[in-house]
This record gives sequence, structure tokens and C-alpha cells, in this order.
Amino acid sequence: MPQGDYIDLHQKRHGRRLDYEERKRKKEARAVHKRSKQAQNSIGIKGKMIAKKNYAEKAQMKKTLKMHEESSSRRKVDEDVQEGAVPAYLLDRENTSRAKVLSNTIKQKRKEKAGKWEVPLPKVRPVAEDEMFRVIRSGKRKTKQWKRMVTKATFVGPGFTRKPPKYERFIRPSGLRFTKAHVTHPELRCTFCLEIIGIKKNPNGPMYTSLGVMTRGTIIEVNVSELGLVTPAGKVVWGKYAQVTNNPENDGCINAVLLV
Amino acid sequence: METSQAGMGNTVMCLLTDPEGTNLGSAMYIPQTAGPLQLTQLVNRFLNNEEMLPYSFYVSDEELLVPVGTYLEKNNVSVEKVLTIVYQQQAVFRIRPVNRCSQTIAGHAEAVLCVSFSPDGKQLASGSGDTTVRLWDLNTETPLFTCKGHRNWVLSIAWSPDGKHLVSGSKSGEICCWNPKKGELDGNPLTGHKKWITGISWEPVHLSSPCRRFVTSSKDGDARIWDVTLKKTLICLSGHTLAVTCVKWGGDGIIYTGSQDCTIKMWETTQGKLIRELKGHGHWVNSLALSTEYVLRTGAFDHTGRQYPPNEEMKKALERYNQTKGDSPERLVSGSDDFTMFLWEPSVSKQPKKRLTGHQQLVNHVYFSPDGKWIASASFDISVRLWNGVTGQFVTAFRGHVGPVYQVSWSADSRLLLSGSKDSTLKIWEIRTKTLKQDLPGHADEVFAVDWSPDGEKVVSGGKDKVLKLWKG
Repeated sequence: MPQGDYIDLHQKRHGRRLDYEERKRKKEARAVHKRSKQAQNSIGIKGKMIAKKNYAEKAQMKKTLKMHEESSSRRKVDEDVQEGAVPAYLLDRENTSRAKVLSNTIKQKRKEKAGKWEVPLPKVRPVAEDEMFRVIRSGKRKTKQWKRMVTKATFVGPGFTRKPPKYERFIRPSGLRFTKAHVTHPELRCTFCLEIIGIKKNPNGPMYTSLGVMTRGTIIEVNVSELGLVTPAGKVVWGKYAQVTNNPENDGCINAVLLV
Repeated sequence: METSQAGMGNTVMCLLTDPEGTNLGSAMYIPQTAGPLQLTQLVNRFLNNEEMLPYSFYVSDEELLVPVGTYLEKNNVSVEKVLTIVYQQQAVFRIRPVNRCSQTIAGHAEAVLCVSFSPDGKQLASGSGDTTVRLWDLNTETPLFTCKGHRNWVLSIAWSPDGKHLVSGSKSGEICCWNPKKGELDGNPLTGHKKWITGISWEPVHLSSPCRRFVTSSKDGDARIWDVTLKKTLICLSGHTLAVTCVKWGGDGIIYTGSQDCTIKMWETTQGKLIRELKGHGHWVNSLALSTEYVLRTGAFDHTGRQYPPNEEMKKALERYNQTKGDSPERLVSGSDDFTMFLWEPSVSKQPKKRLTGHQQLVNHVYFSPDGKWIASASFDISVRLWNGVTGQFVTAFRGHVGPVYQVSWSADSRLLLSGSKDSTLKIWEIRTKTLKQDLPGHADEVFAVDWSPDGEKVVSGGKDKVLKLWKG
């Protein structure tokens, strides 16, 4: 029989010592002191492990005590006064924050007079002509090389009609023509898909501006009537400038940031 | 040409009736050159009015602005039939439209959430997100008192109809009573509601003078009737399962509450029992309006600006109430998130009288004109719609705003309508021509609250840009 079984067998037959409960009680009372002495006198890795265990237990005990304390006393919760006060009829509604009155016409006029615009992308990599245009050979023997096809995204406008094919020098393929741009509002961080009204300036040169080519850094004018912006004078703003931030010929879409 | 056709060609048979249908005299021959002016004289003569009161005339719901003959030619109405002309009395006084901002008063530290003129139009109070209620001096257009006492945003504010008490409710559910003359808190804030206060309405002066009781509605689903002198809740009207969005104390002593649980409940005020429940809406009820609301709000004060001693106040208020109400029962209109409004006659039937459809977004605010003839509704679909106040027929849509319209307010003569919107502009619309009369830009941000003073002199607007703007004619 295993050793513990002999002990159990004896206990079943003869019972425990007469002072068993007393001794047990006193031993348990001393255990606290023993534990503390052990924790204080252990050194090395053993001491660290004991300290770590004791700390975890202490933290847990503190938490439970705090929890019990909370439920026993009832206190009125002090509500903080929050920012962004709205009237009662807007309180239960989640309103998507839309663009508000932002353009300050005086500031804009001053900027225009100075001739300088603060744009998000002040410098862009210049695009070379051979990257922008591809030479198209024409003629009976395909020797004439005066035609060019634009390889970047373009905007032509609603009333556009091609010149007679025999005479057109610059071909703007319809697959690369875009009418809408994804415009992001820099402060509100939300993006809208807005119609393009026109190309204001292409940094690579006035020829590209007149052709309507949109590369990275081009300033375009977009239709913002769906944002519901109003100037301080009370007029409705329906066109605003935005700057193209991606390479549309690579992505297939035009991403721009609104200039406010 | 007209003189050559003598006799029959020159006159037309007309019958003048009042809006409720009773005929004024019998059918008579009226010359075709008669226009609104001549008809006014006729009506005044028939009614034996001592002074010439102004009237407007309608033939089959269209206003008659030109001589009768021209109208007949334009509409090809046969001369042999009797033409029914409905006459409606217009307000004796005429309010000038406001067109300029006389003052931009800063003072609040956070957005202005509610503004209200006192019933006599002499005092102005505004509540804001900075937890204060401010009283403003209208003569100098400067701040008068700053009333501190609330712990959270002040969401609604209401003057008693005799102008002696001001009560405001906040986001933490407490109500503060203020003494408007000194700008001090009257007693302690009244607690009882557990969530924010959505609306406050006073008991009309003609039911009890001086004004003591008012009812408040809250997000926690009950409405409570309070006594301002005892400073405690008298009755708690619970029954709604969701937030109560608006409450109105009607002129016949019934309290109407509209709630997010899509119902409107009618309560009687002695014991707080539910009388009726008006069901019909498909979504939250946002706003309620009574046809006599303006008269109940202004009490005994009218356009003459006379003050009355307390015992006469009740009589005068009752007189004004009966005059506006007429013989027909009080009407109630409710605007909801389901894009429609219902016109009810609550004392007559549980079923709505008419469903007013047409808005393409939720209806935020509905308001009867002071004479009860028109209903204006402001909606998030950027339009303001005008409806006939008696039949509920759609009249016209006012378009011009570019953002959701938050609140509307009428001028005291019911000829002009003011609307404030999220696009930071206020617009004044003329009812006679049904067009935009004046555009009032100038706010830097959304306009949350507008009010037209009962004496018609000033308009106040407040919004997210924390300033109060006073507009004058």
C-alpha cells in the first residue's frame, strides 16, 4: 500500500490526535508570519519570484476591495460639460459633419492679389514631353510623325468636339478622359466624388493646361454645390479649387485635396 | 370697351362667405372692376365694423389680388355661375420685414441653443452650451444678466405668458426658475427628471392667472407638471415608452405630448390621466404645434403693447384666445421623422384629419401662424413648406436654403415667415407673394434658434458661432 494510504488507514481506524484542531488553528495563524519571514529572507531568483507573486496578489486584492466599496455607497455621478453643444432636436441624431462656411473672401482676395496660393503640393516632379506624349505615325508610308497622343489623364469639358481627324495634332483618347474627381476636405477628412468644371493650371506648362491634361499637382476646379457651402455674404459657393494628389494615369481615378 | 357693354356684361354674381362657410348676406351683383379694396369696403359695411379692418379674399383657394373681371377672364369662369368669394380677416397691424443685422452680441462661451422673447417683447433670454442663461437688454442691445445655476447645457427656455417668470431646462434634467428683473435664480434647481429636458410649456393665462404651472418633457419618457411657486412636481405624466420630444399645453386645458415611440398622448391636467392616444406616425414625432399656440404664448399682450393688472389679464387673454380660435375646435399638427405631418382635431376625433406629405426628409419643426390660417414646416430636405392651416392643403414650398432648415418663426401679423438653417443663413418669406422677401446672411456657423419678437420689431438668432444676432427693419 502507498505511504499516504497507511496514514489514511490509521486515521480512519483510530481518528486524529486530540489536539489536532488546536494545532491546526495555531499553525495556520503562524503561517502568515512564516510567509512574511520567507518573503523577507529569500534571496536570488527565488526571492524575486515570491515578490512577483505577492505583488500580483496585492494588486488583485486592492481591485476587489475597491469594487466592493463602490457598490456600498451611492454617489451622484458628476457629468462633465462636453464640447460641441447641440440643441435638443439634434441630440439623438448622429449628424455626419459636413463642410461648413469656411472660405473667408477677404483672405482669398488678399491671396489672389499677392499671386501666391498655399497648395498642399508646392513642388512636383516635372513631366518630360516624351513621357507625356506618344508619337503617332501617320501617312501612307507611316513616315509622318507630327501627331501626338496624350498618355496622361485629361479633362475635355461637356461641349467638346474633336477637330477633323486629318488635322488634329494632339489626340486625347476617350479612355483617359475623366469627368469626376474624388476630392478630400483637408480639415473634415471626408471625401466626396465631385464633378470637374475645368483645369486651372498644370505646373508643367501652359500648353498642358490648355490641353486639359491632369497630372500630379494640377489645380482643377470642382463643383461643390452638394456640400452646401455659403459665403459670409450669403452667396452659395458652387465652385472651388482642388489639387490633384495622385498619378491618375496609373490609378484610373483622380484624387484631389480641396484648397480652402 | 367696358363702358360699351352696359348692364349684364359689367357685373358678376358673387357670394361672400367666411372661412367657416357662413354666408355674408345673399348673392349680389358686383361690378367686374371691383378689386380687393372695394370688396374690403363691402365686407366692412356688411359686418358693420366700426373701423376699416383689412381682409384678404380667396376664390377656390387662390388669392384674389386683381379686379374680379380680370380674374374671370384669366380663369375662364362663366359669368352665369355664382362666384363664391371667401374673405379672411388679416391682422390690423403690419409688421415691417427685418433686413439688417443691428447688432452681433457676443457673450456666450459656447453655442447658443435656444432663444426666446418675453410675451410683451421687451425682454430677451438665451440658453447656451456653456450652462448659462443670459438676459439681454433690447434698448441698448447689450448683455444684461448672466444667470448661472445649471450644471450642463441649457436646452430649452420658456417665459410665462405674463412675462414674470423664466424657466429653463438643461441636459442634466434639472429645471431652474429665474427672476427676469434681477437675473437671479429663484430658489433651487428643480430635480425630478432623470435625463435631459426636451421641452417646456406654460399653462395659458386664461385658464389660471397668475401663471403658476408649467409642464416639461424629458428624454426619460415622462412629462411633469410643476408649480413655480411651490417649487415641486405636482403630477408626473408617465406613459410614453421612449423619449418625449415635445410638449404643449393647449388652450382647453389639455396637455399634448409627442414622443419617439411614434404616438401623441393627450392628458388632462387635474389628475394627470391619459385622455387619448393619437397614433398614426411611422417614426419619431419631432414637433407639435397648436393653432392657438401664439395667442397662448403671448397671453394678454397684443400688438398695442398695453399692460393689464392681474385680474384683467385673464379676461383679456380669454378674449384674445376666443377670437383666434373662432368657432372651430383647436387643431394640432405634428411633424415626424417619417417625412410626413398629421393635422388632428384632437377634441373631436382620434383619427387624423389629414396627412400632409411632400417633404423628402424628416420634418424638424412645425409652427402654426398666429392667426391659425397657415402651417409652416421646416425640414432637413432644405425646404420650408406652407400648408393651409384649416384644411391641411399644401400651398407652396419655399426653396432657397442650401442646408437643413432647423427652425421657423412667424411675424405677429402672419404675413412673414422666418427660417433659420444649418447653412448659417436666415431667410424671410412673404406669404402673400409666396416668395423670398429677404435673405439674412451673416452667421459664421449653423443657426440653431430663431425668434421673432411679439411686437414685431426685432428678430433674434443664435447658433453654433456663439454670438446672438439682432436684426431690425
